[in-house]
Amino acid sequence: MISLRGVAKSYGGRQVVGPLDLDIARGAFVAILGGSGCGKTTTLKMINGLIRPDAGEVSIEGWPLGEAPWRRRRRIGYVFQEIGLFPHLSVAENIAVGPRLAGWDRERILARSAELLELVALSPDVAERMPAALSGGQRQRVGLARALASGPEIMLMDEPFGALDPIVREALGQDYRTLHERLGLTTVMVTHDVTEALLLADQVVVMDAGRIVAVDDPGVLLADHPEPAVRALMETPRRQARRLEALITGRAARG
Amino acid sequence: MDDRLAAAWRVLPDYLGQHVLLSACALGLGLLISLPLAIAASRNPAIRWPALFVAGLIQTIPSLALLALFYPVLLALSTLAKATFGHGFPALGFAPSLMALTLYSMLPILRNGVAGIISVDPAVLEAADGMGMTPGQRLWRVELPLAAPVIMAGVRTSAVWTIGAATLATSVGQTSLGNYIFAGLQTENWVGVLFGCAAAAILALSVDQLLGLIESGLARRRPWRIWTGATAVAAGVLLATAPLWAAGAPAYRIGAKNFSEQYILSELMAQRLGAVGARAAIRDDLGSATIYRALAAGEIDAYVDYSGTLWANVLGRRDNPGRAAVLTGLASGLAQRDGVKLLGPLGFENAYALAMKADRARALGVASLDDLARRAPDLTLGTDIEFPARPEWKSVQSAYGLRFRRLTTYQPTFMYHALEDGQADVISAFSSDGRIEADHLMILADPRRALPPYDAVILISPQRSHDPTLLAALQPLVGAIDAAAMRRANYAVDRPENKLTPAQAAETLAPR
Repeated sequence: MISLRGVAKSYGGRQVVGPLDLDIARGAFVAILGGSGCGKTTTLKMINGLIRPDAGEVSIEGWPLGEAPWRRRRRIGYVFQEIGLFPHLSVAENIAVGPRLAGWDRERILARSAELLELVALSPDVAERMPAALSGGQRQRVGLARALASGPEIMLMDEPFGALDPIVREALGQDYRTLHERLGLTTVMVTHDVTEALLLADQVVVMDAGRIVAVDDPGVLLADHPEPAVRALMETPRRQARRLEALITGRAARG
Repeated sequence: MDDRLAAAWRVLPDYLGQHVLLSACALGLGLLISLPLAIAASRNPAIRWPALFVAGLIQTIPSLALLALFYPVLLALSTLAKATFGHGFPALGFAPSLMALTLYSMLPILRNGVAGIISVDPAVLEAADGMGMTPGQRLWRVELPLAAPVIMAGVRTSAVWTIGAATLATSVGQTSLGNYIFAGLQTENWVGVLFGCAAAAILALSVDQLLGLIESGLARRRPWRIWTGATAVAAGVLLATAPLWAAGAPAYRIGAKNFSEQYILSELMAQRLGAVGARAAIRDDLGSATIYRALAAGEIDAYVDYSGTLWANVLGRRDNPGRAAVLTGLASGLAQRDGVKLLGPLGFENAYALAMKADRARALGVASLDDLARRAPDLTLGTDIEFPARPEWKSVQSAYGLRFRRLTTYQPTFMYHALEDGQADVISAFSSDGRIEADHLMILADPRRALPPYDAVILISPQRSHDPTLLAALQPLVGAIDAAAMRRANYAVDRPENKLTPAQAAETLAPR
């Protein structure tokens, strides 16, 4: 569904990304994983044209990014770490931005906004509040609801749960995973959190220094991977898993 | 009620209406130019610095000078337009005031506009782009609403500046609340000065409060505040300018320079026209070079000038053939040069003359300019602001070899005070001034006839030189005012107590 062919980007003569090729199938949940500065966010932004590639081509269902990229962006949900809620608009108005751009009528927008608040597990009385009056978790949920509002088929997410505390983060991640399946979305999520990538995605793209070093299922990555960069990344979750395993079995043995 | 207060109230609807109209147009035009410029400048640093620099530079020009500079520019453009399209446009009054104030109003709007737009959180802008807003939608739905409170704060500052600076428009012939201040300063009518200041301050503060209401409405998203503020501002502008539309355009415009005698004589001419049912407006506080050009260009219809002034400044003559010859020379010279009609002399002279306190002059043994030349190196000369730049001063200087220790310029009123206080020893007095007698001054004789005669004459613009109503109304004034009568009238306006308004003084001069 989404296809990147020979896509590359450089800033000030320094190649930051690529050239890289990537295919993402309809309905997939793909995580792009890597450390800071590996080019994962740049890659994500090149998918909806927020960043123009210097070389190569990005196409969605065979259509290349045209001269008016905003047309395509309206059909792609976009969530990013800073959230970027419009501070001058209430929660309901923030959610209505996409539908308004798509030219929906008032009733449909109102109904949609109520539906979305429920979908992201926010109480209806949040609708009239301003973003400044929300907690971090609530803001992130509103950001998600806003991205989903006009019914996109594709969701691009840049560290969507990054700013949250671990418990909220886990819960919101799982909630989103459920939504992804229920709505039949194609999701591309950028993260530097290995565990998050492994637990949420069907497929993980590992990036290092602007290049893709592996594209595999979480299980394959966790097994002894031939790529040293992948092995290094997987070391922490494996150690944590062994430790947890030991704690659980030890307790079971004692009990 | 005090006569002066009553007189001030009577002209308030006209002054306030003109002031509000000018300020509102300048601010509106300023907004119309600065906002798009601010948007362009916030997008493009290559425009940002030059735009802010130029706007800042304009701000450093004294507003009075900015107003004054637009007159010659517009006059040149008008002359060009007349040559090209067959008709020009008024270079005096509303047009130069509007242009100067528009420029003056731009900086705060531009500066706050740029600051407001570039300070919008980049994350919010990225979200707008990511959601598929076009650049225009992003501007209108995100950037401008978020920058609106900051922009509005700039508009407030700009409004207060513009309303304040509009008082100076009086000096280029645009009626404003400044007329109270300029005229009050000249005639020592402090009631008038205070009245003008208070009116301008109240106007500025009210507008500031209303715009503040809009600003807080924008910042806190209270639509009723925005609407209340905007409606009140719009209603205020309509209400204040209503008298202007109701009155219609005056049939005649009478000019006046910036001293008491001129106020009185312009009132007198307006009263004569009023008596025959023709409405006349007075444009006062015009500079002496400006006023003649305004008449020649037909922007005013009539005013009183002085033969020596015209002889030296307009015709550029340095000789002095005597009173009658100067008058006939002027009549033909002005008609030939500009088509201006010299209707005739009023019957008195208001000469530039060097004067001293009589007792001081006697103590120093000075009776003539020849005597003065010997004493001048120890003395201070006080003059009005334009005298040192006039050809008359140059001819006096060269004829007598005058070298003063110091030369200080004053508003005419303060020049007399300076002489009284001893800050000046000699002043460039006006011979028809009532204060010469009242303050016991002595006019120094001019045996070499370096100063030309200064007969007060009525001048008529080329366009009106055959206007029967105007000529019939003003003709009776020719030869009807002698020096004593003029001096009495001037003193009635200038004296410290029991003052008359220029209009009241004009009534005492009306020919029976």
